[in-house]
Amino acid sequence: MTTIAPGVAKTAQPRTAAGRVRKRLSGRVASLVAVVIALLWTTPTFGLFLSSFRPEDDIKQTGWWTFFSNPQLTLENYREVLFGSSSSSGRLASFLINSIVITIPSVLFPLALATFAAYALSWTRFRGRDWVYIGIFALQVVPLQMALVPLLSFFSQGVEVFGITLMPAWNLEGSAQFVQVWFAHTCFALPLGVFLIHNFMSELPGELMEAARVDGATHGTILRKVVLPLVAPALAAFGIFQFLWVWNDLLVALIFSGGTAETAPMTVRLAQMAGTRGNEWQRLTSGAFVSMIIPLIVFLSMQRYFVRGLLAGSVKG
Amino acid sequence: MDFFFDFAAEAPKLIQLLIGVVAFLAFVGLMLLLLDRAPMKERSWGHSLLLLGPALVLLAIGLVVPGIRTTLLSFMSGDSSQFVGLDNYAWMFTQPEALTVLRNTLIWVLLVPLLVTAIGLVYAVVVDKSRFESIAKSLVFLPMAISFVGAGIIWRFVYAYRPEEADQIGLLNQFVVWLGGEPQQWLQSAPTNTLFLIIVMVWIQAGFATVVLSAAIKGIPAEIVEAARLDGATPLQMFFRVTLPSIRPALVVVLVTQSIGTLKLFDIVRTMTGGQFDTSVIANEMYNQAFRYGEAGKGAALAVFLFVLVTPIVIYQIRSLRQRREA
Repeated sequence: MTTIAPGVAKTAQPRTAAGRVRKRLSGRVASLVAVVIALLWTTPTFGLFLSSFRPEDDIKQTGWWTFFSNPQLTLENYREVLFGSSSSSGRLASFLINSIVITIPSVLFPLALATFAAYALSWTRFRGRDWVYIGIFALQVVPLQMALVPLLSFFSQGVEVFGITLMPAWNLEGSAQFVQVWFAHTCFALPLGVFLIHNFMSELPGELMEAARVDGATHGTILRKVVLPLVAPALAAFGIFQFLWVWNDLLVALIFSGGTAETAPMTVRLAQMAGTRGNEWQRLTSGAFVSMIIPLIVFLSMQRYFVRGLLAGSVKG
Repeated sequence: MDFFFDFAAEAPKLIQLLIGVVAFLAFVGLMLLLLDRAPMKERSWGHSLLLLGPALVLLAIGLVVPGIRTTLLSFMSGDSSQFVGLDNYAWMFTQPEALTVLRNTLIWVLLVPLLVTAIGLVYAVVVDKSRFESIAKSLVFLPMAISFVGAGIIWRFVYAYRPEEADQIGLLNQFVVWLGGEPQQWLQSAPTNTLFLIIVMVWIQAGFATVVLSAAIKGIPAEIVEAARLDGATPLQMFFRVTLPSIRPALVVVLVTQSIGTLKLFDIVRTMTGGQFDTSVIANEMYNQAFRYGEAGKGAALAVFLFVLVTPIVIYQIRSLRQRREA
């Protein structure tokens, strides 16, 4: 296509002078629009990035654009927000670890559970299979907000039916509270995960499974040796989507993680810092960037899967 | 300033992570072991149940039962002790503070999808086939990787306000001052502050629209484009007669997903204004009512209303998905 484009363009030149002017103008306008949008979209981030390296007093008293007339850089904001000893300094290092501890199992468990479920829905036969699938799919409609209060009371009070305790309260303390965040994220991720992976898995050729079965393979072997390698791209897409979702999540973390340095992720801490009326501008700048580094690395290194995950995952919430 | 990092406090977390990962491996291992043990039959409930069971149990605990309970709670009083009928819904549709929330949500859900789609479309068209296309798209797409909280902080620095006599530290007010105006408290005067919050959402989401629509534009068959060009179509005619009709399905996808996302929006409002100054939206108000004011009934009613609003959009989406697959 690109190789023939110049020739086509030549034959399609507007015949009249007015046409030529209009075409050139619209080309210029188009470039201008592109540049303006690109500038609008990058300037705020760039401003914050530059600010995060400016000394505290400069940040509070002058705009980041004055940097160009008075360049002064420091790493102090990063040191302070990560490891500062005063209680208001952020101590983000601790929250960064929490984010990691929350995210890894919250990605692994939904991946495995959704893969097993999707396999059952595509390659085992039982009555009512389609209905189960439609049911799981339809659960995507339920907004997170509907599940929060009851799920929280499930953790704190257990399950009791007619006075009989079916399930005791979890009463998790300290770092064991991570379990309930993992649990919540896993539940909320399943409808999308099953849907996505099932989409991909059910399109695999049936002869493959049949051949494996004739060779005496069990479901465990088929899943491991035949299906998994083939659906790897779908798993990657869902995994990355889920990773970004969990890493950037604020709502679930606010409610299930307790809000202290013991278990709360970075988003919760940053929201706290942004919400207080205090003058912590310098810590907000570096703090925001610390929280963005890992998703940005994931974004830049796996853009292709990232896009696919986003496209596929845009139903979630 | 001393270096503060307490390794002793971090160790239990890492142990917890280890426990989590080991539990994960044990779970997967056990599942595979059980699957390998069970004899293969044409139809076997055992296998299906084993594979599906864990997911179904979690879905029941995490979504189905809570959804039903929330619906029931929405007919109960704040402490969930007595039945109040439709009082919570009556509150939602009559009280001024609740009506403000509904009005704001309406503004959000009308403006965000339109602006995101429009900007994404224009940008996708103007950078199409230019030399810098991929980097230009990446620049606009980058905010999608950032959390709403992070984006909120980025934009605080744009909207920051300082009194007139001081130097401005917010970019927007600096421009106002350069142009000879007075600095404004952008986020505090209703109803325009909602618009400034909407800009943040549009900033985050426009990249999504750009990527989806750009892919759709590249999918337009080359013959159609060439035929139109040979007929002497101007760029504008090309856009409205060829491009737009060809990418209609992708436009619908963007509009629909943006509407759903916007309805459930919580983080931006919470980080930037906390819902003060008349900026609250349904999801944020639901959080405040249920978790801060102890009004579980009102919170539940708002959540149910959200569910009612989202359902038709998702149904529409499912149907168009199915049509595309059949086509």
